[in-house]
Order: sequence, then structure tokens, then C-alpha cells
Amino acid sequence: MTAPALVRREATRGAAHVAPRHGWRQDLIGWSFALPFVILFGVFLALPILAAFLFSFTSFGLRDITNPIGASVVGVDNYAKLLSDAKFWKSLGNTVYFVVVGVPLTLALGLVIANALSRGITRFRTAFRVGYYLPVITSIVAIAVVWRFLLNPDFGLINLLLAKIGVNGPNWLANPALAMPSIIAMAVWRNVGFAMVVFVAGMQAIPSMLYEAASIDGAGRWQSFRYVTLPMLRPTILFMLVITTIGYLQLFEEPFVMTNGGPLDATLSVTMYMYQQGFQFFHQGYASAIAYVLFVIVAIVAFLQFRFLRSET
Amino acid sequence: MTAIRARSATPPIPGGTAGQRASGGWWIYLLLILGVLLMVGPFLWMLLGSLKPQAEFLVTTPTFLPKAATTDNYQRLFSQLDFPRFFFNSTVVALVVTAGNVLFCPMLGYALAKLEWRGKRLIMGLVLATLMVPAGITLIPNFVLMRNLGLVNTYPGLILPFLVGPFGVFLTRQFMYGIPNELLEAARIDGANEWRTYWQVVMPITVPVLATLGILTFLGSWNSFLYPLVMAQEPNMYTLPVALATFATGQYQADHGMLMAGSVVLVLPVLVIFILFQRWITEGIATTGLK
Repeated sequence: MTAPALVRREATRGAAHVAPRHGWRQDLIGWSFALPFVILFGVFLALPILAAFLFSFTSFGLRDITNPIGASVVGVDNYAKLLSDAKFWKSLGNTVYFVVVGVPLTLALGLVIANALSRGITRFRTAFRVGYYLPVITSIVAIAVVWRFLLNPDFGLINLLLAKIGVNGPNWLANPALAMPSIIAMAVWRNVGFAMVVFVAGMQAIPSMLYEAASIDGAGRWQSFRYVTLPMLRPTILFMLVITTIGYLQLFEEPFVMTNGGPLDATLSVTMYMYQQGFQFFHQGYASAIAYVLFVIVAIVAFLQFRFLRSET
Repeated sequence: MTAIRARSATPPIPGGTAGQRASGGWWIYLLLILGVLLMVGPFLWMLLGSLKPQAEFLVTTPTFLPKAATTDNYQRLFSQLDFPRFFFNSTVVALVVTAGNVLFCPMLGYALAKLEWRGKRLIMGLVLATLMVPAGITLIPNFVLMRNLGLVNTYPGLILPFLVGPFGVFLTRQFMYGIPNELLEAARIDGANEWRTYWQVVMPITVPVLATLGILTFLGSWNSFLYPLVMAQEPNMYTLPVALATFATGQYQADHGMLMAGSVVLVLPVLVIFILFQRWITEGIATTGLK
């Protein structure tokens, strides 16, 4: 829906705008519109991206902050160190675990709810949509604080309900095997409404005659979903896959508030490890290398999925 | 993409087109209601918890409803801790960030959609490329930059890096591209220059998109955490999420009632905005697929 969409839309519409004269005057007008954005964008987004790259090849630390030029260059040392940093690998493993389990769950549930909303029911659609979307717009920090209480072993709602049916609930966030699944459950809970809204919009684009034809051919509810909805929704699903994966790869607030990366680093994410290295130990050079590795992973994932998306449609 | 085309083709009226015809039974409603309860439940738990005195958290079998509801947690939040200040900080930052995005992003969006100028392709490529950049990457350089400018722990330090963003450009450019050129030509023939055309012809049509952009930017800024966590070093500059996270992981981590009350204060304004503007929010997200 981003780059490929723009390209395609343009192709169908022809040239952007009739350009009577193409000279410095027009350049001037164009740049006068672009300039405020370009300056702010350059100083606070483009240059920092470049600077982080340069920092990652230095031993940038606390005393270099007031004199960034003076940081000593160490070549690829930071990256070499990352390769043998068990804690980094642990954080990467945790992040991948979060993505690999969390993304499919979020998309699958979002798809099921979207399908129920657009094809299963006729009334109260807006009310349902608002209800499911509610967690998406609220602060992750607030949600993490609330969920920490929900999961509290002594007076949390979840164990309270489990006790009602005679189950002795575990200490969710203190158990290394259960902490990440708990965080995944919370992330799915929070983001499923986002997937739902995008899928509902995608489903509205499917021509109704396809469903009519399917039902004439004797297709039931499941078969229309399997042979009409799913194939028609493929670009939307792939797009959501990209967006959700990119978002989930940057996991930070949830473990920060709920577990502080513990127990035994079981919920330490890459972004959290970067934060610790950069702002608790003040190894900013090393932290920049961590940030860049994450950047490269995000870029590769996005590239592969977009390529896949383009060749599919 | 499908979403964008759909919007112009079929109005999203419940039960409108034949394809939307309901084929389900009561059990679908039942499952959906259960799901909504699951979504809303934690918020109710938060609200009820914020009204409980501390003693009710420590009993062996706590109840869902508070037995002796109290506003004590809120009072302590506003007297013991400086929540009015945090609320003010969050509001200032979110409002200025929103104003910046609503002002500057459509300008570039227009230049990319409707004007021809050298460097256009380069800028467009750069802006689109940064849509995917993880937020963490600019954190350290921006901190170093702000430190050297003396802007750590100030409003400009919290605001400047977010005054513009690629999302707003993407959103407005996409919309403005669909504005018929004849409309702009007519204005030019009447003698309007590009700026007048922009303000008097393009902007009025773009208002709904700007509303969506404004609401989403405000929500994003209000909820943002990692950057203010780093940039607000003293409590006087804490935004609400930073304050809540700091207290929740620090000395107040066992003060359950007060943390629930803090969560309510953080969530409530967003809920109000959402309920007032929910159509624009969900439609805007559906058409762009971006938060």
C-alpha cells in the first residue's frame, strides 16, 4: 500500500501535473513548499540515521557526548563484539520468538473477527469495531501497568478467575517459561483490533458477485472464506504481515514496564538491550551497532515481504 | 490498495451491498460479544482498581468491585505526585507536534503531488524510505544533538524531532494526487499564485485528511514513550507515559491503586478523542494501513 501503490496509481493516471515551463522558477516554488519539512526532516531524522551508522564504528561513550567528533574509531569492533555477546543473541532470540508467535496470532485473530464483522452479522458493526479497536489507541505503558496487575499471582483478575474453577494460577511474569507468552498474549490483545480494521476495509473491496457466484455453486460459509475471501485479501494480508512484523521487531515498552527484561533475561528484547547499553551503561557506540543490526533486519524483512507482495499481485 | 479502491466504490454502510449480506446466526453475535468483553474487561478492571483503597488489594480474596470506593488514589496522584504537571507536559508536546505535522506535511505532500521541481524524486524516495526505519535508530544521535544544543529536558528537545514525519507526507500526498488538475488550473487562470492555490483551493478540500492526520499524530505523540524516556531526565519534564512507567517500575510499584489511577489519567483523554472521532481514526487507518 505504500511505495508500490503509489507507483501503480501514477501509472494509471499519467503525468502528475502539466508543466508549462520547467525552469528555476518552478524549482523555487517546489522547494519553498518542501523546505520547512526537508530541514526538520534532515536535521532530526536523516542525519541521525547517518550519524548512528558512524557511531556504530566508534567506541562512543559518556565523555564523547559533548565532543562527538572526538570519539575514537574502532572499525567493526562493535559488530564483532555483538557476534560473541550472549546477551545480544538472547535478546534477538526473544524478539524473534515474540514476532514468530505474535504476528501470526494477531493476523489470524484479526482475520477471524473481520470476517465475522463483515460477513457474519448485520447489526452493531460500529459498536463491535469500537470495542475491538479500543486497546489499539491506548498507551502501551498504561496497558502494561494494567496487565501486570491482571497477571499478578496474588490478586490479579486472571488467577482470581482460575481459582474460581479450582486451578491454582502460576506467577506468570516471574516464570521464565511463561513471561514471554504472557507478553505475547498482551500484544495480541492490543493489536488484534488494528488488523481487524484493515481487513474489514480489504473485505469491503471484494465484489459481492464473487460471493453470489460461490453460493450458486453451493459453497458454504467456510468455502466462501477459503476460496473467495482469502485469495482476494492476499495483498492486504501480506501488507499487514509487513507492518505487524516491523512493529513487533521493535518490542520495548511491554518488557520495560512488566518484567524489566527478566526473569533471567527471558523477555529482554533487542530494543531494550539497545536502551540498556546506550542509556544505562552509556556505551552509545555499541548501542548504535545494536540499533543498526535491528534496522538491517527490519529492512530485509520489509524488502522480502514487499518483493513477495509485488510478485504476487 | 484494495482498501483505497473500495472506499470510492462501495460506501461502508452496514448491511448495504449484497456482498455484505448477513449469513450468520446468534452464536456469531455471542462470540463477538465475548470478544468485546475480553477487550473492555481490562479497562474496567483498571477503572475499578483506581477506586479501591490500598487495603482492598491486600486481602486474600480480592473482589472485582471496590467495597468502599474512594478517590484517594487520584488525590494522591495530584498532590503527592506532580500529575498536573505531567498532564500539562504531555498536552503541550502533543499539541505542538500535531500542529507541526498538520502544517508542514501537507506542504511537502502538495509539492510532491502537484508541482514539478528538481530534487522531487530524491526527496520522495528519502521520505518513503524512512517510513520503515525503527524509531530506536535516531534515538542516540538525537540525544547527543540535543545535549550539545542544551535542549535535553526541555520542550524543544521533546518536540523538535517529531514536528514532521513521513507518515503525514504519505497521507496528504496520496490524497492530493487525486485532486483534479483542472481545479488547480482554474485557480491559476484566475491569477492565483501557487501559494494562494494551495491555501484557498487545495487545503479546504484536504481538511478531512488533515483531521485524520491531526488525530493520529496527537494520539501517537500522547502515547510515545522511548524518546521522552530518554529526553525527559528530570520529573519536571516527564510526560504522562514516562511518569507512569517510572513510578510503576520504581518506588511506587506496589501502590496498585495509585498506578491504576495514573493509567486512567493517561488513557482517559485518548478514549474521549477516540469516541468522538472514531470514524475518522478507523477509516484513516484502513485507507493508509498505517498507525
